[in-house]
Amino acid sequence: MCGIVGLLLKKPSWDDRLGELLVPMLVGMTDRGPDSAGLAVFATTPTTSTKLSLFQLHGAVDWAAFMRALASALPGEHGLHDSGRHAVLSTRADITAVKQHIAATCPGVVILSQGHRIDLYKDIGSPGAIAERYGFAKLVGSHAVGHTRMATESAVTPAHAHPFTAGEDFCLVHNGSLSNPYRVRRKLEPLGIHFETDNDTEAACRFLEWRMREGDSIEKAIDKGFSELDGFFTFLIGTQDGLSLVRDPFACKPAIVAETDDYVAVASEFRSLAHLPGVDTARLFEPQPRTIYSWKRA
Amino acid sequence: MSTLQMDFDLGPEGGLRALNSWLHGNTSLAPLPKVRVLNPDGAHAIACGADAPFEIDVMGHAGYYVAGMNKHAKVTVHGNASTGAAENMMSGEVRIKGFASTSAGASAHGGCLIVEGDASLRCGISLKGGDIVVGGNVGSFSAFMAQAGRLVICGDAGEALGDSLYEAVIYVRGKVASLGADARFEDMTPADLAGLQALLTLAGFPHDPAEFRKVASARSLYHWNADANQEY
Repeated sequence: MCGIVGLLLKKPSWDDRLGELLVPMLVGMTDRGPDSAGLAVFATTPTTSTKLSLFQLHGAVDWAAFMRALASALPGEHGLHDSGRHAVLSTRADITAVKQHIAATCPGVVILSQGHRIDLYKDIGSPGAIAERYGFAKLVGSHAVGHTRMATESAVTPAHAHPFTAGEDFCLVHNGSLSNPYRVRRKLEPLGIHFETDNDTEAACRFLEWRMREGDSIEKAIDKGFSELDGFFTFLIGTQDGLSLVRDPFACKPAIVAETDDYVAVASEFRSLAHLPGVDTARLFEPQPRTIYSWKRA
Repeated sequence: MSTLQMDFDLGPEGGLRALNSWLHGNTSLAPLPKVRVLNPDGAHAIACGADAPFEIDVMGHAGYYVAGMNKHAKVTVHGNASTGAAENMMSGEVRIKGFASTSAGASAHGGCLIVEGDASLRCGISLKGGDIVVGGNVGSFSAFMAQAGRLVICGDAGEALGDSLYEAVIYVRGKVASLGADARFEDMTPADLAGLQALLTLAGFPHDPAEFRKVASARSLYHWNADANQEY
């Protein structure tokens, strides 16, 4: 069991409230996923620099030293916004060189996401504690994807928590389990696609992002996923301009959507939507199995 | 002593346990008060295991297993219900004014579940004698392995309707995407029409029973057929 939540605001005037509306959604799914949680937030406007969300998995946190080392290795414009073990690095330097620098000199630091809109947070602990730890309630943006995890197939670590990311401004959360992640992985690795964990969801994330990089629309990529990804799933996918949702053909895992003139909200259960303003008159529906739903910020 | 109406607020303080333990502990009050459940907000297991003819109104959306194991009570959900509404119901009546998620009425032994909107996949799975009347459509695999009882579908049915049916009977008014293994259409008898009319009247749906088709078991799976080569 796991919980998924997502929120897309239709009007920029609501963007300041993204975190405030989303935290009760995430906390509402604590029963479904008490061991870890994560959140991807997409900014209203893209940055011209590239952003990397970083997490200090182990070892002492010293972001000032991290920045000094980065500046001396790769002169250029770098900025860092940190909170505890988490930080968002903005850089105009060559992003491949930055990532190589981090991999070579900061063994305790993992890159959670890359892009021009996405900031990504994930950690172990209760969803409420994690939301508090990283100040989720104050986050601003156009849309967000969250997850509460009850691990069933791989370890409870920050790296195994969702959302998973691949490429730029792309993330995926998953309720369910896949039965053929290693087959998918054996298909992708020879193409140069690198995996960071043994988690089944990472295979789905990297498969769909690979298809989109090859030119598929999100809908076409998911459609290919129906024949390549075997198992139970409700997937919620965040892209730079919106959200996509899909359930497996047997609808083994739940989802409910509330849509108003102001937002589209997705959750595993209504419990996470009950607090939303205007939900009493929202259009509420359960997504049909094997049907792709996409919403974009107008 | 009893009041005519009891309200249980499941809001932020969370009165679910208070509601259910009150229902379980006050089955012999006379007269039984009406029970209202306020701010259900998708909580699970609302009014599970009621065992007296209470009238219970759930004033909003219910979570998993609302009115599960219901006996005698009349439970109305003024909203939608999540997975397993009225699962394992023994008797009484459960009405969902909105839509019902997966496995509505699963394994119900008796009583009647009425869903005014659509029901999702696996509606009436393993039905054991209860009746289910759905005003809208049902999803795939509905009435899977249903053993006894009746499933009435006023709208359309998804894939594999009535797969591996035993003696339960399905009446469907709309389109059927496909029948499941061993399910077949049969002619409506006068007894079918009369029974269906009674169910539609109870549910408050104005359809003519003559608009429905009957699906029942061909009973070809009742005996193992070694020559079937595992293909049914």
